[in-house]
Amino acid sequence: MIKIEKLKKIFSTSNGRRIAVNEINLSVEKGEFFALLGPNGAGKTTTISILSTILKPSQGTVTVDGLDVVKSPHLVRQKIGIIFQDPSLDDRLSASENMDFHGRLYGLSKAQRLMQSESLLKMVDLWDRRNDLVRTFSGGMRRRLEIARGLMHHPKLLILDEPTIGLDPKTRRTIWEYIHLSRKRWGMTVFLTTHYLEEADSADRVGVMDEGILVAVDTPENLKKMVGPEVLVLQTDPENLESIRSFLENRFKINDCHLDPEGEISFPLPAGEGNAINIVRTLPGNIYSMTIRKPDLDDVFIQMTGKNMSLNQENASPFHRVYRGKL
Amino acid sequence: MTDDIFDNQAVSIDIPMPLVRDLRAIYTLWLRDVIRLWRDKVRLVGSLIQPLLFLFILGGGLRGRFSGGMAGSENYQQFIFPGILSMSILFTASFAGIAVVWDREVGFLKEVLVAPLSRTAVVLGKVLGGSTNSLLQALLLFALFPMFKIHVTIGQFIGAILTMFMIGLAQTAMGIALSARMSSSQGFMVLLNFIILPLYFLSGAMFPLIGLPTWLSMAVLADPLTYGVDLLRGILLGAHHFSLPIDILALGSFGSAMIFLAAKLFNMESPGL
Ligand SMILES: Nc1ncnc2c1ncn2[C@@H]1O[C@H](COP(=O)(O)OP(=O)(O)OP(=O)(O)O)[C@@H](O)[C@H]1O
Ligand SMILES: [Mg+2]
Repeated sequence: MIKIEKLKKIFSTSNGRRIAVNEINLSVEKGEFFALLGPNGAGKTTTISILSTILKPSQGTVTVDGLDVVKSPHLVRQKIGIIFQDPSLDDRLSASENMDFHGRLYGLSKAQRLMQSESLLKMVDLWDRRNDLVRTFSGGMRRRLEIARGLMHHPKLLILDEPTIGLDPKTRRTIWEYIHLSRKRWGMTVFLTTHYLEEADSADRVGVMDEGILVAVDTPENLKKMVGPEVLVLQTDPENLESIRSFLENRFKINDCHLDPEGEISFPLPAGEGNAINIVRTLPGNIYSMTIRKPDLDDVFIQMTGKNMSLNQENASPFHRVYRGKL
Repeated sequence: MTDDIFDNQAVSIDIPMPLVRDLRAIYTLWLRDVIRLWRDKVRLVGSLIQPLLFLFILGGGLRGRFSGGMAGSENYQQFIFPGILSMSILFTASFAGIAVVWDREVGFLKEVLVAPLSRTAVVLGKVLGGSTNSLLQALLLFALFPMFKIHVTIGQFIGAILTMFMIGLAQTAMGIALSARMSSSQGFMVLLNFIILPLYFLSGAMFPLIGLPTWLSMAVLADPLTYGVDLLRGILLGAHHFSLPIDILALGSFGSAMIFLAAKLFNMESPGL
């Protein structure tokens, strides 16, 4: 469905050139659910803008369903539905007018527009507010409307740029149910960027992007295997973190520790029985607690980029918060 | 629970032919502009104030200074009436350009730019919407014609509407072309002021085009609005400075050139998205 070859995007700004996307290669199959992870400024939105024909590549080629985004942008646009990271509604129009406008632009008949508008507005729980101007909507309501709108014309490829930020858990669940159902119904391909771990976890494949480079692409399971079987999380005094880190490095050759300024340190456990206890015993300073857990995508992320994905976002994954909390 | 949402809807949504789709899209963009103007009553009425000031205060004040017989008119107010109509069109038409930059700032423009319509259709939709808006506002002013003892036959009325729509098209197209590369509405307004006021003052809206110094008459000839004002004045007061074909040709070619330019500019990468 998507084929990206040697894609490069350079922005020229007043402070010189900035390479936002640096020679990435990627292909996504028809019907696949692909998630792109990366810290702020990694180049995710830029990649999506090129996919959706809003920006043009500086180098390389991108095709959607076999159609080149530069040579036949209007045919590509026909196939995609997109939910932008930033707002894109007309707030002087009502919710149903925004839907209707979209339906008209995509050539839906009146009957189709009415039907789609009703079922989707009901899905995102805005049916009662359909005649209110978008100006009067809350942030989450606007987001829901944008999602409903993006699905209205049954796109072959749905592009979602951090779609569920600011949505309550129930709405997020309903929307994901709907998206998965649409995938089943007409084989819709999904291309997602997100900072929610569990959203990325349910993807078929995950790409990790950092500073314009795609550092890894694989299934979530395989990516986690790359980290190792288990991750050890220790709670200590914040001022003790550095000494533990250098100790681990010298004594156990563990280089990829992740430090949390609140006094938490986590690292992939080297294989072997009883290792965790051995390590913890020898560490300097106070250790208040230790936890062993399976690696998650955040660990993958830390290991590949040295950055913490969830910490970039106000709304870190709830799952992530659980283990970051005091033990 | 979610499953029954699908039960009453067609799974395949068929895609119309490109031309049909573009025509529908143009209509859609037009409709949005008209709905938005209708909602924005302050804008609808507020934009009448400036032309009214010119018409009654400037026109009234200078009326005694210019004694009759100017270009087929009985008095100065009657003379500038077509010019004031053109001014209202010029100002509201450029609003269409500001609206595009606003759409870009609030992000709505992206929704239009990823939709399956050609950039030419985007430009045509915006130009038609903007010129309809400016025509509606000019018609509100036009309703004052009996006050200036202008006699309008049905034929003249239709001619005036067509002319005003044409001026609107040309000026909106200019505004849209200018908006294509602009990402700040404040910057755009500054730019517009630089362009609109000279266009207006040079158009012969306020003075007859006879006995001007050479440099001024050159500038007047280069101003596309001149021909619009002349056409409208010719139709309403029966006195052309140029001839009907020249007016139509000049206005028409300026408008088409601007539409063409706007479509070209919109085909480039949109700034600041
Ligand atoms: N229009 C632009 N002009 C100049 N630089 C830009 C522009 N758009 C993006 N950039 C730069 O490109 C880089 C990548 O930005 P991008 O928006 O793709 O990041 P992202 O991965 O989507 O981040 P986030 O998680 O914050 O949404 C950043 O350094 C950004 O400053
Ligand atoms: Mg982004």
